[in-house]
Amino acid sequence: MRKKVNTAFYVPYGLWLLLFVIAPMLLIVYQSFFNINHQFTLANYATYFQSGTYLTMTFNSVWYAFVITVVTLLISYPAAYILHYMKHKQLWLLLIILPTWINLLLKAYAFIGIFGRDGGLNNFLGWFGIAPKQLLFTDAAFIFVAAYIEIPFMILPIFNGIEELDEGLVNASRDLGASPWQTFIHVTLPLTMSGVKSGVQAVFIPSLSLFMITRLIGGNRVITLGTAIEEHFLTTMNWGMGSTIGVVLIVTMFVIMFLTGERNKRRVKGGKHHA
Amino acid sequence: MKKILTYILLILLVCTGLAAASHKLAATQGATSGKVLNLANWGDYIDPALVKKFEKQSGYHVNVETFDSNEAMYTKVKQGGTSYDLTVPSEYMVQKMAQDKLLIPLDKQRLHGLGNYGHYYMNKTFDPGNKYSLPYFWGTLGIIYNDKFIKPGSVDHWDDLWNPKYKDSIMLIDSARDIMGMGLVSLGKSMNTTDAPTLDAAKAKLDAMSGNVKAVVADEIKMYMENNEAPLAVDWSGEASEMLAENKHLHYVVPSEGSNLWFDNLVIPRTAKHFDAIYAFLNFMTEPKNAAQNAEYVGYATPNDAARKMLPASIRNDRQFYPNETTMKHLQVYENLDPTVVGKYNDLFLEFKMFKH
Repeated sequence: MRKKVNTAFYVPYGLWLLLFVIAPMLLIVYQSFFNINHQFTLANYATYFQSGTYLTMTFNSVWYAFVITVVTLLISYPAAYILHYMKHKQLWLLLIILPTWINLLLKAYAFIGIFGRDGGLNNFLGWFGIAPKQLLFTDAAFIFVAAYIEIPFMILPIFNGIEELDEGLVNASRDLGASPWQTFIHVTLPLTMSGVKSGVQAVFIPSLSLFMITRLIGGNRVITLGTAIEEHFLTTMNWGMGSTIGVVLIVTMFVIMFLTGERNKRRVKGGKHHA
Repeated sequence: MKKILTYILLILLVCTGLAAASHKLAATQGATSGKVLNLANWGDYIDPALVKKFEKQSGYHVNVETFDSNEAMYTKVKQGGTSYDLTVPSEYMVQKMAQDKLLIPLDKQRLHGLGNYGHYYMNKTFDPGNKYSLPYFWGTLGIIYNDKFIKPGSVDHWDDLWNPKYKDSIMLIDSARDIMGMGLVSLGKSMNTTDAPTLDAAKAKLDAMSGNVKAVVADEIKMYMENNEAPLAVDWSGEASEMLAENKHLHYVVPSEGSNLWFDNLVIPRTAKHFDAIYAFLNFMTEPKNAAQNAEYVGYATPNDAARKMLPASIRNDRQFYPNETTMKHLQVYENLDPTVVGKYNDLFLEFKMFKH
């Protein structure tokens, strides 16, 4: 009886997976084999892997996603670490999560106001006699805004990882003569690595296909695979090529999941035990 | 938790209630006598006062539904789930819809006052003899400049945009056809070019101005230009007229060597049912007084010459939006190109956007 109930619980989840995860992916793969005249072809893939345009775009996307991830990580780890020792950490955490409740588009428009020629930041610089600088539509602005948006998704898993860390181990390391730096490198960091990894996944993967910000903040001077997909579906109406890029992205994401995933971690751990 | 659930349920109930009520209201207003007209139009593209006037005069109730791209409207008409009586596609879309047998020919017997339309705007290649369409508004592609940064008269031609002193200053409209077209015109070629070497040459020409391009964006250009964010932009006259209304420092130029001439046109899609209402409305909109009122409200250029004469002189003689004869002669209308050629335009445009030196 109980077993039956258990399987019944899986039905909605299974249906959900089938309808909204597996079916769309299959549709994308299917679409990617058609050219603009609705004929079956492998040409989309040939174009993708032969054209300098798409390969540069792939390289750019991976590069920007990498930079965004590194920037977020550099800000988030210390932030999560400090958060752990704060008095009212739930409140501080809430303040970090709060911006995620606001629509992405609104935040992007706010940044346009801040970075604009007559915007807040340039006015502020003006007080120090610095002439208005071109801030919008630069790589720096794009990475800044993307990092700003992704930071909560990086802090949360790292924070959880640090919370789970046994304080006793840190104390033991300090008692046994390790410097604070050594303790951090050899004890705290390895033990919170799983949090860092899920944070990296949560940031790197969406960053690969950012498109709204590339247009609003990057002024389409930053072109990523996400922009290209948007372009192919909405303006070019070349759904085949758009799907092909989509398939490439999905495969890339699987590869990244595999590289940073749990399985990998266990293998490393096992290795250490043997040594 | 329970409280939150109750609130969510409450909000949902109120929303459904309101939606049902408004649906009912709309249904009773229209369906009582079948005296309706379903107009699919671009957002804010008709004076609401005119709609009221037409309803009063003719007794037909007008349901206005809006769309925001030709392609979205095309898909809706093609799939047939709609009951549009009239819609307003751009010129290349008229050609495409006609080719795909999605349009019903106009019955010229039932139309009055076709003579009001100027000869520049009738019998164009996208619809020879105006078999399917009546021009609604028209416009151009041109350069918007801010006189705070640019001396009036120093940017009159496309080639001026290639001047190295405008480094990082130009905003381009994110539209493959228009920007590639600009490259083609600056080479003295047709905006409907289909052969690959010419297109490649146009793209190479565009690459040379890549350093001057600040951003390639869409609707946002309006906001940026109004805020003095950039000194120069390439955009459509319709967008330009809205920018000029907001910022006195902005001016619009149509390069005399040539540019695009675009039309938005009234057509009857295959889904139409209420033909009396359709012809009543087409004739109503052709009347100079009404067309003039609409042109003043929307701010675009009217193809109705009789209506133009009724507009205030400041609008009627505005060379920014009603260019002179010489410029008019050099304007080119887009033709609906073969999908593979459109693909070529798009690929080259994408490459141009990615190009950085």
